[in-house]
Amino acid sequence: MTVQKLPIAKAINESLRKAMETDPKVLIMGEDVGKLGGVFRVTDGLFKDFGEDRVIDTPLAESGIVGTAIGLALRGYRPVVEIQFDGFVFPAYDQIVTQLAKMHARALGKIKLPVVVRIPYGGGIGAVEHHSESPEALFAHVAGLKVVSPSNASDAYWMMQQAIQSDDPVIFFEPKRRYWDKGEVDPEAIPGPLHAARTVRAGSDLTLVAYGPMVKVCLEAAAAAQEEGKSIEVVDLRSMSPIDFDAVQASVERTGRLVVVHEAPVFYGAGAEIAARITERCFYHLEAPVLRVGGYHAPYPPARLEEEYLPGLDRVLDAVDRSLAY
Amino acid sequence: MTVESTAARKPRRSSKRTAGAGARKTAADPELVQLLTPEGERVEHPDYAIDLSAEELRGLYRDMVLTRRFDAEATALQRQGELGLWASLLGQEAAQIGSGRALRDDDYVFPTYREHGVAWCRGVDPTNLLGMFRGVNHGGWDPNSNNFHLYTIVIGSQTLHATGYAMGIAKDGADSAVVAYFGDGASSQGDVAEAFTFSAVYNAPVVFFCQNNQWAISEPTEKQMRVPLYQRAQGFGFPGVRVDGNDVLACLAVTKSALERARRGEGPTLVEAFTYRMGAHTTSDDPTKYRADEEREAWEAKDPILRLRAYLENAGHADAAFFEELESESETLGKRVREAVRAMPDPEPMAIFDNIYADGHALVDEERAQFAAYQASFATESEGGVAAVEGN
Repeated sequence: MTVQKLPIAKAINESLRKAMETDPKVLIMGEDVGKLGGVFRVTDGLFKDFGEDRVIDTPLAESGIVGTAIGLALRGYRPVVEIQFDGFVFPAYDQIVTQLAKMHARALGKIKLPVVVRIPYGGGIGAVEHHSESPEALFAHVAGLKVVSPSNASDAYWMMQQAIQSDDPVIFFEPKRRYWDKGEVDPEAIPGPLHAARTVRAGSDLTLVAYGPMVKVCLEAAAAAQEEGKSIEVVDLRSMSPIDFDAVQASVERTGRLVVVHEAPVFYGAGAEIAARITERCFYHLEAPVLRVGGYHAPYPPARLEEEYLPGLDRVLDAVDRSLAY
Repeated sequence: MTVESTAARKPRRSSKRTAGAGARKTAADPELVQLLTPEGERVEHPDYAIDLSAEELRGLYRDMVLTRRFDAEATALQRQGELGLWASLLGQEAAQIGSGRALRDDDYVFPTYREHGVAWCRGVDPTNLLGMFRGVNHGGWDPNSNNFHLYTIVIGSQTLHATGYAMGIAKDGADSAVVAYFGDGASSQGDVAEAFTFSAVYNAPVVFFCQNNQWAISEPTEKQMRVPLYQRAQGFGFPGVRVDGNDVLACLAVTKSALERARRGEGPTLVEAFTYRMGAHTTSDDPTKYRADEEREAWEAKDPILRLRAYLENAGHADAAFFEELESESETLGKRVREAVRAMPDPEPMAIFDNIYADGHALVDEERAQFAAYQASFATESEGGVAAVEGN
């Protein structure tokens, strides 16, 4: 593979293919991941090329998928499991939280659990109930798990490589409404660390922090604000556990203002954690309180209302204005 | 694949004899595989012939006696405040030693938190089992050193790990097998049903060994199931068999047979060891509140150790010197366990941050450093005499 423009879904597909070619212990597991190639076709073609022994269509049982992946990892395999949609992860939540996250520590480090749990997440695709949620905070809250989310094709490719190579369990949130967004992927590049944040747009008046599907919204907001003479910096967090607070701190020390944007409900969300930590680290640099833009304390609404629920350009710009008004 | 339960077949009378044993009788309950009656008489079962030497029989007896002694010691240590909790296996020695001795070294075991006898068979030092009950760790042994996974407290979770591990064995082309232990209460858990489904679908070499000890804390089996547990396997497409869980020979024979089936690539088996938890669920429990004394007395008459002893004595397989020597060995074990527990050090406070991640985590590093500084601040105060003065 040479440098190509790929949609995010295809970048992940290429990444999985490379991982399987490189390491015979890498397995793909999940519902419909085989002949169908997954409901989003992220595993398209892998069944044909690697066979049912390595691309495993599973019974419709999420706890079973993660629980057996743990057993396979204990046997020396590196399973990459697909949870079909965000809202379906909860039957597996027990296995992820009580077993996958803790087994390494319980064995005093003698065993490793290199399991990647892929979860297409977030809204904006007009889906029915349980198909549009952002439960990342529930996983980031649990010690023993790492939680990441790429926002572009290159990161999707490289972060998946790194997640599979990690000896820790990684919850890999894929921004499903960005699956078809194209970006350049260089398979010869040297990727940065998996858990490092990246400044994707430089600015001097205010920092926007986002990850996954909201990075694009924040970049659009920054471009719109530029037309009004405001210089907005955008930081793509990339990793929700751990969080690269040093990068966020460095940005906020330069701009003096921070707005955190995510789709998940604001209450007890990633924004709360970032606001608290950055307030502690940057108290004397802040010109305004850290503001948050995100979902409401409400179930994810029916599709006809999701545009009201999801943070869009206007809500982000409104928060930017409020911050700058201090 | 046959889905017929081997246990459902009617036992046939056999004319075979072994040295020293009287004429064999058939088991009273046609559902229950039994090779040794509660009175200690050898009986035959057409599907589970077993022929053990006197030495092997004495070995099983020794395992059960020492396991019971270890368990009694741990219960006493809990009463003395040395352990925070203990889950006794009293009454389940035959189920655990019988199944445990059926295993090969390369097989893998996924236990609950009560498989002290199986751990014994795997060569895990029993004192290693006490760390989590004393509160110095959450497991504490290397599962790969004895192919004995950590104790699992969430009910039924380990049956899926066992299934996945068995799927891995099949992928490797190995002929090892896995045993997943669980209880009658766990059979109500979704994970156990999912493990049955996955193992059947992928034909995984796993033996599900359920110790039906009749009680899930205070809930009797009637609150868990409406059909005999072993029959559930049929609906998943693999055989189920009910074995007398207080009969170490039957447990050994049935588990061995199920493991051989798994090794031949014929998939999972559900073994229901019909037994009884003579003590409490754990030391926090009070069985007098929910079950009758008569019930326990009835089961005491089926004691797994007494029945093997009766057989060993009647058949002339063991003499008084053997039992005396074993008693002495048992005393030594008890002493070793007591001393080991009392000598078990509390972990260093910094251990809170150990082994959370294999590849490290920035937040853990940060909090470890904060905690270290906080701990160090006491040392500084103490050196200056401040803490000592305040302490007075």
